[in-house]
Amino acid sequence: MSRSWLKRPADPEDASLPADADAAPSGPGHTTGPGGAAASPEAPAPSPGDALQDGEDDEDGPAPLGPAANLVVAIVVVALGGAGMAGSWSLGLGGLAEPSAGTWPFLISAAVSCLGVVLGATARSTRDTEVFSSSVWKVLAGIATMVLFVSLVGVIGFEIPSAVLAFVWLRFLGGESWRLSAVTSVAVVAAFYVVFVGLLAVPIPHLF
Amino acid sequence: MDLSSMIEGFGVVLEPTNLLYCLIGVVIGMLVGVLPGLGPAATIAILLPLTFGIEPVTAIIMLAGIFYGAQYGGTITSVLLRLPGEASSVVTVFDGHVMARQGRAGTALGIAAIGSFVGGTVSIVALSLLAPVIAGFALAFGPPEYTALALLGILLVATVGNGGRVKAVIAACVGLLLATVGRDMFTGAERFTFDSLSLADGLDFVPIAMGIFGIGEILHGLEERNQAAKAPAKVANVWPSLADLRQASGAIGRGSVLGFLLGILPGGGATLSSLAAYAMEKRRSRTPERFGRGAIEGVAAPETANNAASTSSFIPLLTLGIPANATMAMIFGALLIQGVSPGPQLLSEEPELFWGVVNSMYIGNILLLIMSIPLVGLFVRILRVRSTILAPITVLITLVGVYTVRNSVFDIALVIVFGVIGYLMKKFGFEPGPLVLAFVLGSLLESSLRRSLLLFDGDPFGFLTRPISGTLLLVLAVVIVLPLARALLRRRAPERELESSDV
Repeated sequence: MSRSWLKRPADPEDASLPADADAAPSGPGHTTGPGGAAASPEAPAPSPGDALQDGEDDEDGPAPLGPAANLVVAIVVVALGGAGMAGSWSLGLGGLAEPSAGTWPFLISAAVSCLGVVLGATARSTRDTEVFSSSVWKVLAGIATMVLFVSLVGVIGFEIPSAVLAFVWLRFLGGESWRLSAVTSVAVVAAFYVVFVGLLAVPIPHLF
Repeated sequence: MDLSSMIEGFGVVLEPTNLLYCLIGVVIGMLVGVLPGLGPAATIAILLPLTFGIEPVTAIIMLAGIFYGAQYGGTITSVLLRLPGEASSVVTVFDGHVMARQGRAGTALGIAAIGSFVGGTVSIVALSLLAPVIAGFALAFGPPEYTALALLGILLVATVGNGGRVKAVIAACVGLLLATVGRDMFTGAERFTFDSLSLADGLDFVPIAMGIFGIGEILHGLEERNQAAKAPAKVANVWPSLADLRQASGAIGRGSVLGFLLGILPGGGATLSSLAAYAMEKRRSRTPERFGRGAIEGVAAPETANNAASTSSFIPLLTLGIPANATMAMIFGALLIQGVSPGPQLLSEEPELFWGVVNSMYIGNILLLIMSIPLVGLFVRILRVRSTILAPITVLITLVGVYTVRNSVFDIALVIVFGVIGYLMKKFGFEPGPLVLAFVLGSLLESSLRRSLLLFDGDPFGFLTRPISGTLLLVLAVVIVLPLARALLRRRAPERELESSDV
């Protein structure tokens, strides 16, 4: 990276100040996207500087993440390639004339790492990411219900975990009314029971 | 061409079960197309477990129906709500929605349905003529050719997609890595299994596809959900007038040819061809200023092309065994699960499957034409079903569905893990399509590469000594070098611009 970008201040560590030097030159930019700029300061971010955004992209859809996040992505990619290379090494690299079990995964892992370095080099200009909006908690809650489902399904069958999942998604993630959520989640489980246990006779663990 | 087996194919289609599944497929496809959010690849992923109990022909007829049915359905929301249900209908919005506001929604939908039908049918006829030729040619392919072909296919899908190129190639590489998990076919060594018994046989295609496409898209939608229900435009007078038809006929003809050609190319497919067809019509038109203001050609051309392309993208899959896009990768996976390996031998070994699937598309297109014109109102009403209600049902179908494939709770966990990966990929700008496609082609690519290297005594230049693999690798090199060169050239110009405007 040998461009004028470098003359600008490096990313400020403090993510709670999104409207500082980095965002200012590009103009305020009203973000029209759902949960865009307004939500970002308090959005849970996986890395410092994540909530930073330039705000000049006011297309539909969320704003892109800042360069720090892009750099983190690049590092993760390089590390993934590194782990792959280490794993392939232990499998034996062989040679082109007699490829071994590790040859092919080693080649791909090396490619992944190289491409990760390219990502890192272009971290400043990457704009194809999406900022995590304030409703990212919904995603986390959604994942939690699914994890609950998979950890309980073998123990108490699919009915109760399914009903809980449907209810949480309807009432809390979807904002439906209490009554509609309760009725729908029970109805869905009943329908699933009829189809999967009754008609298809799938051996899914079930309580009743 | 073997006419008798082609005609027997119609016999296969006309069996009541197959007709029924064809109808189910196109109806589901239509619905998915109408509902924004889940695309055809995700839907096929979610419905994969349903196909295990049924005959391979029947299963593929249904999945194919979902694919081209979605192209019809995507139009409806583009025209009425300015909300493309599918990526391939994005350009239809420009003129389609303007037409709707001018009170010509019916005409737009009608011409789109007719164009789709013509494009689809032209494409099937061309497919029937061309596929046996390509398959015959490809029978002589050995490991080096397959190595080159698979590499080219993966790379084209990764670079033609709409995300960042580097990221798409990374996603493809990760797909290839995931494909190596499990026992090595050549040496028997266990790779990346972490001593887990569940991983010893390798990762299954179904949980990966269902997780990355299905759960990933739903989680992504959970964060984005913001569409207030808009009142759809009124639909009246669905049949286009004769003058409309005459005006659109050229666009439909050109769209069919262009769509067919672009659909064959790996990475081409419906989205690219609809964009290209729109651009071509606009450039050809003597009155380009009408485009974007309700030009009927602006609806006819992309809708014809996307349907023609979705049909012709079956050619590389059915004749070479190389899926041309993510949805075809899903159908490839479904075929593998059924114990059918798609490739040049498919036509000679399973003619009833080949011609059954191909000929079912005629029936499917007729069904869609019948459904889409009079039943538009019904599909519009389906739009009122809120995604808040659909999402949990889809999640449960996925979780329970993936269990039914191998009766394994581990697969449910896997689907969730890949769902989270799919969500994060979307957030960080990695396209999921190349990953799934590369995963599907991974073992083919590795085994052909290793076989070729044994064949050439470890000399990588051996590939260049064979005419077909050499040519394909040359194309591959062009695909890699061309964008790099263009990016370098482009970087020169905006650099100065940035310096002046930024400081």
